[in-house]
Amino acid sequence: MSVYNDYEMTIGIECHVQLATKTKLFSSADNDARDAEPNSKVVPIDFGLPGMLPVLNREAVTLAVKAGKALNADIAHISRFDRKHYFYPDLPKGYQTSQMYQPIILAGYIDAPLDNGESVRVRIHHAHMEEDAGKLTHYGDYSLVDLNRAGTPLIEIVSEPDIHSASAARAYATELYRLMTYAGVTHGDLYHGNMRFDVNISVAKYGATELGKRAEVKNLNSFRSVEKAAEYEFKRQIDLIEKGEQVVQETRGWNDDKQITTSQRSKEDAQDYRYMPDADIPPIVLTDEEITEIQATVPKLPPEYRKEFAGLGVDSSVVGKIMSHKDYAEIVSAVLASGGRKAAKRVANWIASNLSTDETEVELQTPDVDDLLALADMTEKAEITSNAATELFNALMNGEVDPRKLAEERNLLQVSDEGAIAAIVDEVLADPASAKAVEDIRSGNDKAIGYLVGQIMKKSQGKANPGLAQKLIKERL
Amino acid sequence: MASIADYTGNSARANVEKALAAAKSNESYHALLSLTEARALKRADAVDRGEITGRLAGVPFVVKDNFLAFGAPTTAASKMLENFDAPLQATAVEKLEAEGAICIGKANLDAFAHGGSTENSAFGPTKNAHDQGRVAGGSSGGSAVVTALDIVPFALGTDTGGSIRQPASFNGVVGVKPTYGAVSRYGVVAMASSTDTIGCFATNADDAALVMGVMTGRDVRDMTTLPDFFVPTTGVRPQKIGLIREYMSDDVDGEVRMAIEKYVDRLRAAGHTVEEVSLPAVKYALAMYYIIVPAEVSSNLARYDGIRYGHRAEGVQTLAELYGRSRDEGFVTENKRRIMIGSYVLSSGFFDAYYQQAQKARTILINEYNTLFENYDLLIGPVAPTPAFRLGENTADPVKMYLADIMTVPPSLAGLPAISVPGGTSASGLPIGVQLIGPQKSDATLLALAASVEGSQ
Repeated sequence: MSVYNDYEMTIGIECHVQLATKTKLFSSADNDARDAEPNSKVVPIDFGLPGMLPVLNREAVTLAVKAGKALNADIAHISRFDRKHYFYPDLPKGYQTSQMYQPIILAGYIDAPLDNGESVRVRIHHAHMEEDAGKLTHYGDYSLVDLNRAGTPLIEIVSEPDIHSASAARAYATELYRLMTYAGVTHGDLYHGNMRFDVNISVAKYGATELGKRAEVKNLNSFRSVEKAAEYEFKRQIDLIEKGEQVVQETRGWNDDKQITTSQRSKEDAQDYRYMPDADIPPIVLTDEEITEIQATVPKLPPEYRKEFAGLGVDSSVVGKIMSHKDYAEIVSAVLASGGRKAAKRVANWIASNLSTDETEVELQTPDVDDLLALADMTEKAEITSNAATELFNALMNGEVDPRKLAEERNLLQVSDEGAIAAIVDEVLADPASAKAVEDIRSGNDKAIGYLVGQIMKKSQGKANPGLAQKLIKERL
Repeated sequence: MASIADYTGNSARANVEKALAAAKSNESYHALLSLTEARALKRADAVDRGEITGRLAGVPFVVKDNFLAFGAPTTAASKMLENFDAPLQATAVEKLEAEGAICIGKANLDAFAHGGSTENSAFGPTKNAHDQGRVAGGSSGGSAVVTALDIVPFALGTDTGGSIRQPASFNGVVGVKPTYGAVSRYGVVAMASSTDTIGCFATNADDAALVMGVMTGRDVRDMTTLPDFFVPTTGVRPQKIGLIREYMSDDVDGEVRMAIEKYVDRLRAAGHTVEEVSLPAVKYALAMYYIIVPAEVSSNLARYDGIRYGHRAEGVQTLAELYGRSRDEGFVTENKRRIMIGSYVLSSGFFDAYYQQAQKARTILINEYNTLFENYDLLIGPVAPTPAFRLGENTADPVKMYLADIMTVPPSLAGLPAISVPGGTSASGLPIGVQLIGPQKSDATLLALAASVEGSQ
């Protein structure tokens, strides 16, 4: 029995979500700074020039209101911006505009599905809007500042400490990603840091009345690193306690190469941010009607899709894979709506077994639903083999169209013409090489039929309908 | 003193050359930090060719040097921005230029507008237009003096707690602090975001109304601007006016009180009613102001870090040293004092005790004003407790200097329009201003009332 079993971890997660707006939170600069020249997406407001004033991007407010729906949270009728002060070269104004006292998104919750088919409910404390800082790149004895990202709109989603395992932490992060991408709140480009997680973790013995001292692992940008960092911290903190040492309340970073966390700064260095209301930005006032109107435009969210897919009769891991990307879920849902359960099940299985579920992938081809229906129908009617179906499905996902035409072009249609197959069957049965098998079958050993069907498939170049071939063999023997 | 009408219709080049010559011959006042001569002459020629037209075509003016404006650096009278060339112009400047006005120079101020005498300029004080041994007032001292010296018929200033009204009073010109949000703050070096206003100095109330009419209005680049409301008016119905009792106590200079009473007599003679009223919360206004404003100052000045623009210390080894030395060298003592006070009142554990309490008291003050405005059209009182004081008289004692703001900060905290109009002179010939305060958006009425009694006895 390991000592680790005596301890429980408690995790709260803060997640920064980059909003999918065209422009920045307070300026007209382009919000998409991916791969742009440093300081090319910057206007005087982002640069913090004297006399510049913030102009609130209403689209960011709209997206925050949508996020609130995905988080099952109330939206504040009045919310305000505050200034969080600290000095750093990537912070042009000397303060970050954030929401300290009256955030736009109030308490809520999400249910994150676990691998075992159950789910964990994690309450949301609140979520607030804020602007991102810029980026520093350090060289030998100097550093360069890139302000392209400065002013990018974010919402920071703050969970309650309701998470008690590394896998649940991963499940929470994953579900948050799904909710935010399905709701259209963010592009969800994890590679470019569209969602970043700060994991606060402490450990305590089961039954302890107080939580342990917590460490915060900052800036994790994949679900896997959330899980791994939590696992690592769990052991590190228990090892310290078991050695009679103290866990230090501090900020830690994640080293992805070494798969360890490292100390960045302790609480003693904690800054006094001198929060104060930002008088340059009037309060955001939203009526119930406005909130309802905005939230009515939120597309179908993961929990609704899950309900739909529950009746498909596929494995929960298949549902998990379909849900990994909004486009997949939309496809299956559309097939289900117009082609029924059987077709949807086929498509779901194709997706689950044939597609990359890379969590950082953003741009996907989305095949035409009618093409998928046609493909499912062809498979159902055994006009193509399952291997051929997979091949054609991949072709559709790669942007090709019209599966019947594709099947013809690729010579994948099965021959179901009884006359044509019968000719091949007769040919095979007459072949001296088949004599032994024929003998076996006649003496009651049906296993040999498989060999004969294989010969027929070979002769027909895989196009013969194997079921039909088998039926014809039996009739003749 | 000349009015705007004395300039319109003349050759713009002649107007500008005359203003530039007057500026140069009055250098001893140190009212201007720079002349935008080349740009001004170019624009004058464009006006004379008919390429630029408008209500202020060819009229020269001066901006306080905390407005982003072309033609010379925008310094905020600080070493920090000594060489800062603005890449764009303030909305107020753009609007005036769109009407053909021509900026000829940039006026001195207390560095970053922190002060009430223009002695805090990093480049030396401005001298009073009526007595070179006395202060110009501040922080918009330079703008008041160039107007009083007739160098230009109007000048721009900013008023956060009296920075237009007090120097207007000290130099005998009209000074307008509009309703908060009446004029866009875009492109003006921020001091305290919740009380900063953009206004003007002029030689008479009608000119001030004309200039304000051009500058006011909703600006999408400043979210705090109000929808357009300012319409210059002439002639006012009889007003019911409250004389603020707390402003007429024995602490106030006798000659100042006499000047107010004399102005009250003129108002009564013109058919207006004046009664004494009380505004008890004003005695706490200075305490509120010197918590809220330094807090906002400490925030708004955080951007001057030597990283992207502005003064950057040389020979530093660490980032902390770069920040520390750049800011130490770039700011004057009064800037640092306010940053320190502001950082203190915002710090963890003190925010509730100071900043939040001050904001609550501010609400009480606003409510008292609102109650008075249920029964009175506007209020009257002095602008400052004394006429212009001597250069150096208050510099050793910051609290004494702050006390000079005691009558101007309350309307600022409440976002109210308030104007300073000439109310005669002291026995020694120093101007004394009268302050008229109205409810929000009553700016045009205040100016119309002032215009209606101008020249009366």
